[in-house]
Amino acid sequence: MAVSTNSWRRTPLHAAHVEWGAKFVAFGGWEMPVQYSSIREEHLAVRERIGLFDVSHMGELIVSGFRAEAFLNRVLTNDVRRSQAGRAQYTFLCNERGGILDDLVLYWLEPMRFLLLVNAANTYRDFGWLTEQAAGTVRVENHSDEIATLALQGPLAPKLLPMAAGLGLFHIGAFDVAGFRCWIARTGYTGEDGFELFCASEDAPQLWDALLTCGAEFGIRPCGLGARDTLRMEMCYPLHGQDITAETTPLEAGLGRFIALDKGEFIGRSALVEQKEKGVSRKLVPFKMLPGLPPPRPHYPIIAGGQRVGEVTSGAPSPSLGVGIGLGYVATGTTQLEIEIRGKRFPATIEKKPLYKKPQ
Amino acid sequence: MNVPTNLKYAKSHEWVRVEGDTAVVGITDHAQQELTDIVYVELPKLDADVEAGKPCAVVESVKAASDIYAPVSGEVIAVNEELAHAPELLNEDPYGKGWMFKVKLRDTGELGELLNASDYTHHIGA
Repeated sequence: MAVSTNSWRRTPLHAAHVEWGAKFVAFGGWEMPVQYSSIREEHLAVRERIGLFDVSHMGELIVSGFRAEAFLNRVLTNDVRRSQAGRAQYTFLCNERGGILDDLVLYWLEPMRFLLLVNAANTYRDFGWLTEQAAGTVRVENHSDEIATLALQGPLAPKLLPMAAGLGLFHIGAFDVAGFRCWIARTGYTGEDGFELFCASEDAPQLWDALLTCGAEFGIRPCGLGARDTLRMEMCYPLHGQDITAETTPLEAGLGRFIALDKGEFIGRSALVEQKEKGVSRKLVPFKMLPGLPPPRPHYPIIAGGQRVGEVTSGAPSPSLGVGIGLGYVATGTTQLEIEIRGKRFPATIEKKPLYKKPQ
Repeated sequence: MNVPTNLKYAKSHEWVRVEGDTAVVGITDHAQQELTDIVYVELPKLDADVEAGKPCAVVESVKAASDIYAPVSGEVIAVNEELAHAPELLNEDPYGKGWMFKVKLRDTGELGELLNASDYTHHIGA
């Protein structure tokens, strides 16, 4: 368990995390809180009330200029023109083979200014890729050090941020919170209502404290990456580097609705058109273990028809469902699965997305 | 941190309570606090032969699966069946209802290799 943390980067909230009793984990080159009290408690706080996450490890790239929209429509898979200023859009950055270099949310801040929220471990590579593709036609800047990102997630989040409660889903606007200027978007990675707040790094510690102090009456909890992982897994949201990589395509991941093959040329389009015509040979599927069985974990073998057909890409005990859940690639048409856990095989059922549905 | 003085401890965070020629084994309060949210326990089989320092059980928290090492060698003569239905007993009562298994001691000399409460307390920096 003891791993050297010497070379890991820390967010502007590191001291706050220590103060709140966080346990830390290495993630994407960063030393991040994995949990404060218990992953289960933090997970359920988000499902039932409200939780606050520091996601400042994620990269913030800003693309701006007269040709920014056209440029982004050529490097990203979704159709930027279906969005507009003040809106957010989930999209992929693909290579020529249609492989996923990264998945990201594109925030259209101003007519000629876009914020790309990218995965921590991919920030520099994405920045390099975009800079190279832009070839001077638009400005591509890495603002990851100056911008801190907080995710305020859970059904009570609008009560804590009444000024932003009027924002529609996947909308973004500028607001003052506790005296600090923030971009606030109604987006997240948990399946719950909530917001993501972008603020100046130097304001982050005071904003964090203000949100936790004012959120106390709603039962707010600081939440770590452990709960973030189980929450997103229940929603079947992919994690880049595990469920989706440069070796997998959005079609194989079952995320074809975020690629706009009809929008005109973009990087990866011809490979994706070809794959769509042929049909995918493997697909990322969500699955569930039966009650009382051990939970699946990343890299456990997936068995179908007595053969090893792949491996679990994400897996954990689901705090909301009380059984093991996971994601993994299987041959198209597979209906029966077993997961091999410490040499023994256990049955799993293939499910529809999302694994967790909010009780009505 | 609860470190009872009547127990012996392995550096890998298992405790041993000696009852005649039998060792009752579990994980320490420190271990359960580090693991948190225990959701599944895989115990050694009854009659299995376990060897000191070798993995013989698994404890799964929400976060990860962790090996549990046999603190002493010998034959497993009892396992705590309750844990199959109530793995959270390891969190709630690690030295009592959360006991994991009993080993018939093959070599009582091995007990001398284990830490006493004050050395274990020092070991975990408490």
